[in-house]
Amino acid sequence: MSAPSPRTPVEPADARIAPKPRLRRFHQARWDEPLIFELTSPGERGVGVPVPDLPVPDLPAGLRRSEAPGLPEMSQPHVLRHYLRLSQENLGVDLNVDVGQGTCTMKYSPKVNDGFVRDPRISELHPLQDESTVQGVLEILYRLEGLLKEISGMDRVSLQPASGSSAIYTNVSMIRAYHAARGEGDVRDEVITTQYSHPTNAAAPKTAGYKVITLMPDADGYPDIEALKAAVGPRTAALLITNPEDTGIFNPRIEEFVRIVHEAGGLCCYDQANANGILGITRARDAGFDLCHFNLHKTFSTPHMCGGPAAGASAVTEALAPFLPRPTVEFDGSRYHLDDDRPESVGKIRPFYGVVPNLVRAYAWIMALGGEGLRAVAETAVLNNNYLISKVLRIRGVSLPYAEGQRRIEQARYSWEQLNADTGIHSEQLGYRVADFGTHYWTSHHPYLVPEPMTLEPTESYSQADLDEYAAILAEVVREAYEDPETVRTAPHNGPIHQMRGDSLDDPGTWAVTWRAYQRKLA
Amino acid sequence: MINPVAGVGGRVGLKGSDGAEVQERAFALGAVARAGERATVALRELRSRRPDAAVLTAAGAMGEDAAREAGLSPMVVYAPGDPTSAADTVAAARLLAPQVELLLFAGGDGTARDVLEAVGATVPVLGVPTGVKMHSAVFAVNPRAAGEVAASSSRLRDAEVVDRVDGSTQLFGYLRVPDIPTRVQQRKTGSSGITPDAVSGIATDLLDLAGPGGPLVLGPGTTTRAIAALWGVDVPVLGVNVLADKRLVAADVSGDELLKLVSADSPAPARIAVTPIGGQGFLLGRGNQQLSPEVLRRVGLDRLHVVATEAKLAALGGRPFLVDTGDPELDHEFPAYLRVVTGHHRTTLYPLERQ
Repeated sequence: MSAPSPRTPVEPADARIAPKPRLRRFHQARWDEPLIFELTSPGERGVGVPVPDLPVPDLPAGLRRSEAPGLPEMSQPHVLRHYLRLSQENLGVDLNVDVGQGTCTMKYSPKVNDGFVRDPRISELHPLQDESTVQGVLEILYRLEGLLKEISGMDRVSLQPASGSSAIYTNVSMIRAYHAARGEGDVRDEVITTQYSHPTNAAAPKTAGYKVITLMPDADGYPDIEALKAAVGPRTAALLITNPEDTGIFNPRIEEFVRIVHEAGGLCCYDQANANGILGITRARDAGFDLCHFNLHKTFSTPHMCGGPAAGASAVTEALAPFLPRPTVEFDGSRYHLDDDRPESVGKIRPFYGVVPNLVRAYAWIMALGGEGLRAVAETAVLNNNYLISKVLRIRGVSLPYAEGQRRIEQARYSWEQLNADTGIHSEQLGYRVADFGTHYWTSHHPYLVPEPMTLEPTESYSQADLDEYAAILAEVVREAYEDPETVRTAPHNGPIHQMRGDSLDDPGTWAVTWRAYQRKLA
Repeated sequence: MINPVAGVGGRVGLKGSDGAEVQERAFALGAVARAGERATVALRELRSRRPDAAVLTAAGAMGEDAAREAGLSPMVVYAPGDPTSAADTVAAARLLAPQVELLLFAGGDGTARDVLEAVGATVPVLGVPTGVKMHSAVFAVNPRAAGEVAASSSRLRDAEVVDRVDGSTQLFGYLRVPDIPTRVQQRKTGSSGITPDAVSGIATDLLDLAGPGGPLVLGPGTTTRAIAALWGVDVPVLGVNVLADKRLVAADVSGDELLKLVSADSPAPARIAVTPIGGQGFLLGRGNQQLSPEVLRRVGLDRLHVVATEAKLAALGGRPFLVDTGDPELDHEFPAYLRVVTGHHRTTLYPLERQ
């Protein structure tokens, strides 16, 4: 059987992009799979449960439902087909040159690591087993903690958090416990973050009850240090900051930021979501931070999992170690054990020891690379980014705002402001059109400080040819924007849905996260 | 509803097309009216998406011709004079408003002002951009997008009607427009970017700050107006209004009335909430002069709160806030950074330029 050729000789229009890669002809799934609730067929069943021969005692009244749950009624093959079809509507990391999902660090998740996870020695473990029977996995967790201590410079690490946001929440919980233990819990009720840090640095402390102060960038795109000086005071609990920020710009005054906050009595917490460009080059501890966190699904290659479970790691100095989630994994020289006797702990962030399959993947990835390999990851990611920048900036209508002449680290936030002024086409529309060529890009977190933004993050996983192809697609779509804007304006053309509405994402009156809410709000 | 002469000034280098004199000069300079043509593009798009749509319009160049050109069979409900004038726009809009789901008009900022005068917020409105100046946020990004939006249903938002008058941009009020960000143009000098979740967070914080019975003075602007609307209070759009416990105490007050109100005994001290208006970052002294130096001193700058969504701050493009209270000494008492309430327990430190 011969596979159809995925490539056809369509040449990009921008001759300045050389050598000319061929653009991919792509079509998304042609169907728009309905919600599973819409596929229900009354009476259809996945399993016919036999009626028991013996009388079954009645459940206690308090445990009995008054009516059957409103679940879809479907046979097994219908369920399988539904999810298979959904999976084929995906433009995921294994299907495209995924450099467009800036800030997310989309890198290849080596499939060999899935093999370790599927090994019965991991997959058949039960979290309630006695610790004497899980020495192997405890050793992996203990060793992974050791590696992350080395990478961050910190003294202790918790692997319990289920994601980056979960890790930030863990760190905020420890910050709160730290100040409470010093009798300042009621006074220090403000957390400072920056506009270009990840939004969870504002959302997590707010969820934990803090008042959040955001610093705007200055004219060069760095967080405004004068604003920081105006913000700190006796109410400051902590600074939560990403560096490099989502613009890809590294803050050269980061130690000064830390000093200002420390002098006001606050703690400093480093969001290392953008660590991919600084692995083995600089460390949170070296800049004076008290806490940091890693997204193992970004920097350390475990799958992103579309909302979970990913994996996070929280790292702290000795002063904050008593507040780590419990239990911690300890080693007495011969046996690994779980230490649950930690009276100052913030408690459990999630049950048991964290998302073990992803911790195993991250451990395998780090061990396969070694120290030199990690540094090579960072150097390659930075090189890829600066190569792509040089290609993209040759395209008409684009710019790279802020810090002119300054190299970006591992990602870059571009602006299509000029293209928009010339053609009326918005960045979002350009992004829809890019999908017709089998890839995609993401604009930016809100608010759009950079007008008409686009954020690209080519990690170490992509080859020069991949990056050339991506730049050629952008050049082609931009040519269309100038010569045939209607094609871009009405994109995507090769997808099951041609126009999407975003208002349900920010309107509590419209959004629906359950079928029941959807039906209620539709009515 | 088409303003047939909208845009004629632009092509011959005039700053607008408002008024018979300017229009005569434009035509003398060789201008050609294109508003009908552009409206036809919008109506074709509308017809292709909603072939069953009933279209009501005014006779001849004011709508009927373009509708027929687009293949629609309109019902003509108004006969304008010849040539048409702003009075025709106002009269036709008043006649159409109670009968339609959406009032689609073709014109520029001047036409938008006429529509505002005629119908206010009583009916959803959308502009087909055909004028010279289109600084108002009520226009689609292009005629085809106007047809596309007109054919779909969407939640509505308040959109500023602004116009350049004697060299400065003035805010005239708000129309209700469909909220499809990539299809409806944001205002050129700073977009409103009001999302319901952000506004409800700001409203919660303001209510906490004001306390039970505490007078809350709301300056003009989309954000403050949306906050009042959330509490079920419809405030006059351009005025300064006083609320307490989510209820209107006094609407559209003068500076003197305001001074009396904030000086009176109340269960909690009065607070003022302002939002940057005019797109240049002015907090005080442009469009809200009722907030006089006396009022501000009486309330105290520590009880003056700036509210804005993060999107609105972003749209200032890094320009600092400005204040021009009329009292230079008071202007200098403002701190270099203000804490802007952007949501529930969320503030952004934003710089203020002291002149």
